[in-house]
Amino acid sequence: MDPYKLQVLNISKSFPGVLALDSISLNARKGSVLVLCGENGAGKSTLMKIINGVYQPDQGEILIDGKRVRIRSPIQARALGISMIFQELNYIPEMSVEESLFCGRLPMKLGRVDWKGVRKRTLELLETEGLPYSPTMKMKDLSVSDIQMLEILKAISMDASILIMDEPTSAITEREVERLFRKIAELKARGTSIIYISHRMDEIFRIADDIAILRDGKVIDSKPRAELDIDKVIALMVGRKLENNYPKREIELGAEALRVERLSTPGLFKDVSFHASSGEIVGFAGLMGAGRTEVMRALFGLDRFSSGEVYIGGKRVVIRSVSDSIASKMAMLSEDRRRYGLVPVRSVRENVSLSSLPRFIYRGRLHGVKESKVVGDICERMHVKTPSLATVVEALSGGNQQKVVLAKWMLNEPDILIMDEPTRGIDVGAKYEIYKLMGDLAAEKRALIIVSSELPELIGMCDRIYVMCKGEIAGELGRKEFTQEAIMRLATGLDKRTREAS
Amino acid sequence: MSGFAKTRITWSGITRTYSIYFVLVALIALSSVINPNFFSGGNISNVSRQISVTTILAFGETILIICGLLDLSSGSVLALSGLLSVASYKATGSMAIAFAVAIFIAMLCNFISAMMVTRFAAPSFIATLAMQEMARGSALLFSKGQNIYQIGDYTQVGQGSIGFIPIPVLFLVALFAMTWYILKHTRFGRALYAIGGNQEAAKASGINVNSVKLWAFLVNGLLVGIAGVLFMSRVNAGLPNGAINYEFQGLTSSIIGGTSFSGGIGTAGGTVVGAFIVGFLNNIMNLANVNSYTQQIARGAIIALAVIYDIWTKNRRTSILVKGVAK
Repeated sequence: MDPYKLQVLNISKSFPGVLALDSISLNARKGSVLVLCGENGAGKSTLMKIINGVYQPDQGEILIDGKRVRIRSPIQARALGISMIFQELNYIPEMSVEESLFCGRLPMKLGRVDWKGVRKRTLELLETEGLPYSPTMKMKDLSVSDIQMLEILKAISMDASILIMDEPTSAITEREVERLFRKIAELKARGTSIIYISHRMDEIFRIADDIAILRDGKVIDSKPRAELDIDKVIALMVGRKLENNYPKREIELGAEALRVERLSTPGLFKDVSFHASSGEIVGFAGLMGAGRTEVMRALFGLDRFSSGEVYIGGKRVVIRSVSDSIASKMAMLSEDRRRYGLVPVRSVRENVSLSSLPRFIYRGRLHGVKESKVVGDICERMHVKTPSLATVVEALSGGNQQKVVLAKWMLNEPDILIMDEPTRGIDVGAKYEIYKLMGDLAAEKRALIIVSSELPELIGMCDRIYVMCKGEIAGELGRKEFTQEAIMRLATGLDKRTREAS
Repeated sequence: MSGFAKTRITWSGITRTYSIYFVLVALIALSSVINPNFFSGGNISNVSRQISVTTILAFGETILIICGLLDLSSGSVLALSGLLSVASYKATGSMAIAFAVAIFIAMLCNFISAMMVTRFAAPSFIATLAMQEMARGSALLFSKGQNIYQIGDYTQVGQGSIGFIPIPVLFLVALFAMTWYILKHTRFGRALYAIGGNQEAAKASGINVNSVKLWAFLVNGLLVGIAGVLFMSRVNAGLPNGAINYEFQGLTSSIIGGTSFSGGIGTAGGTVVGAFIVGFLNNIMNLANVNSYTQQIARGAIIALAVIYDIWTKNRRTSILVKGVAK
């Protein structure tokens, strides 16, 4: 048996009213990958924060190399060789690449920062990892995936012996995922223990040596990968067996709801044309940076587009702002709900009614009673779990926040609903709920446009899929032609074909 | 799930929401014990009259801070609009014209600040700092640095009473009602909170951010203009150098009243209470013959305490709630 690098023994942690971790025990071996999976709220983050010294456990202990340690702060965790890459990236936009890499540990020489040394080390690191950035580039000029790669690089450069990664692939492209996995293999060979949190089943089974499943603050099962398969893991995570991963419903298509013709903005996207009928679920596939989100933002009036036409219900509409698109019965769930979807410090009620306030205005006065009733009804329909409508949104869990955003848009009774990465960062159970909801919405004769990076999700739920590549539509696939391979060939620019719009 | 429409009432919820009111009540009780004269009708109405001008400025600051803005120019704009108002009264003898001029000038200044903020994306801190200088300079230029005296019945507004209630206090009550109504019962109010809480999300929800910011400044202008008339009337002169640093007194009342500088949080009621806490505190310290330098230190300490308390409760609240509801 390999020696355990990190052992967690009977750790419990409670917060007022909740037992977040209930006597958890886990072992991470040297030079291996332990994958941790579980639904949101299962206790993964709390456990990682304990290992990283952010929280103190109520009871239980942590052993490193068989020795009992107490980790009182992230700085102490770093000294013990623990390094963590957070899911939500923290970086300082005005910092340069080299400053950011050595932030908090700038080498000193004669009482001043040794910038020459920093530059040399940075260039070495970037060179060995094959990253094409200049050390003086500012963080704000890098893409999300670039920043993530740098975070990983930073952890590597610290020679961490225990590396915790919280959903590191949620925002990076396939190519970078491959690079990350090669890196993980390399680190394993060097003897690093890696704890890897992920929702993506394909990834989990590619890189895991051991898999631990958490549910409701307990370790439900912890086994070598060979003894588990995808269905078993999903069943253990949700505590029940999912009958059908994608509850696709057969819905008869109605009239054309939306037609977009030759939408262009130089540098972002070019001649993008597509259409959607009522009752139809249309997917948009493509790699990161293919321009899918940009097209949707322009269509929804968040950004201006330079040319192109939009037809809704066969009539041409001019969209200059979000209020124009709301008036045209469009709604959009953004990929980044914290940034574009919610006002965190305000209540559930205020968030939900935000885009439909005119409905509650009588002679200039906001009718609070009616608002509460309508908002309460929609929250019930969307299964928002909240102590009250006056609860501030930042106090809700991620899944419930997403439902609040959905409730906000459903209040407008949209005919066209654009969903950008609707299931990102959401656990399996909540994903299933969202899929079911998509089916219900389509059955109500709404047109749905789904932008997603998860191909199985698009293949499972959509009637048609447009694939974008480098700002253009590379192809359109009907349901019978759906395969991951066909989509990837279009997305990577291997194939290109455009079908005449019917 | 029928409990949605109701808010769950808890003790910690009550203390959190109304803690500022408890502080005010405690202060009144304590002051009454220290000095029996404190709780007399005359003294209370006197304090109310004293704080009316800065509290009206505080309403404007509250509206702006909620929306993620602020106004550093309100003292100077008050002086400019009040001064021109006095001059126009002396020329026409009409109080209606005097009010109209003050409100117009103050709204014009705020319109200019709003344009800097919305069209040229200047931070409101910088835009209103510029306006502070421009307005003060204009007031001094117009009056050649001289005060305007003998303003006649202009003083009635600031010094008179209707029954036993001072006229400035009537203005204070009416403008409080206006601010409360705007924040609580209008679409504009909701938009202010949403923009201050998360501008990007507000925009993505169909709110016209620039137009809301412009209106926030214009409402502030209305308040500053009225405060300008009340101020000049109370001091019985047109003072181009008057009301220096009044914007900070307004900000102080607003912040002590629970308005969060990170935006999205604040109420009209809290602002009034914050203003009275400051007013009563000054008053009791005067009655107790506390040295005025010491008074200034005390005021500073109270601002610091208010902010620390605000951040402390916010942290505690979110951590409890996040953990409590996360499951």
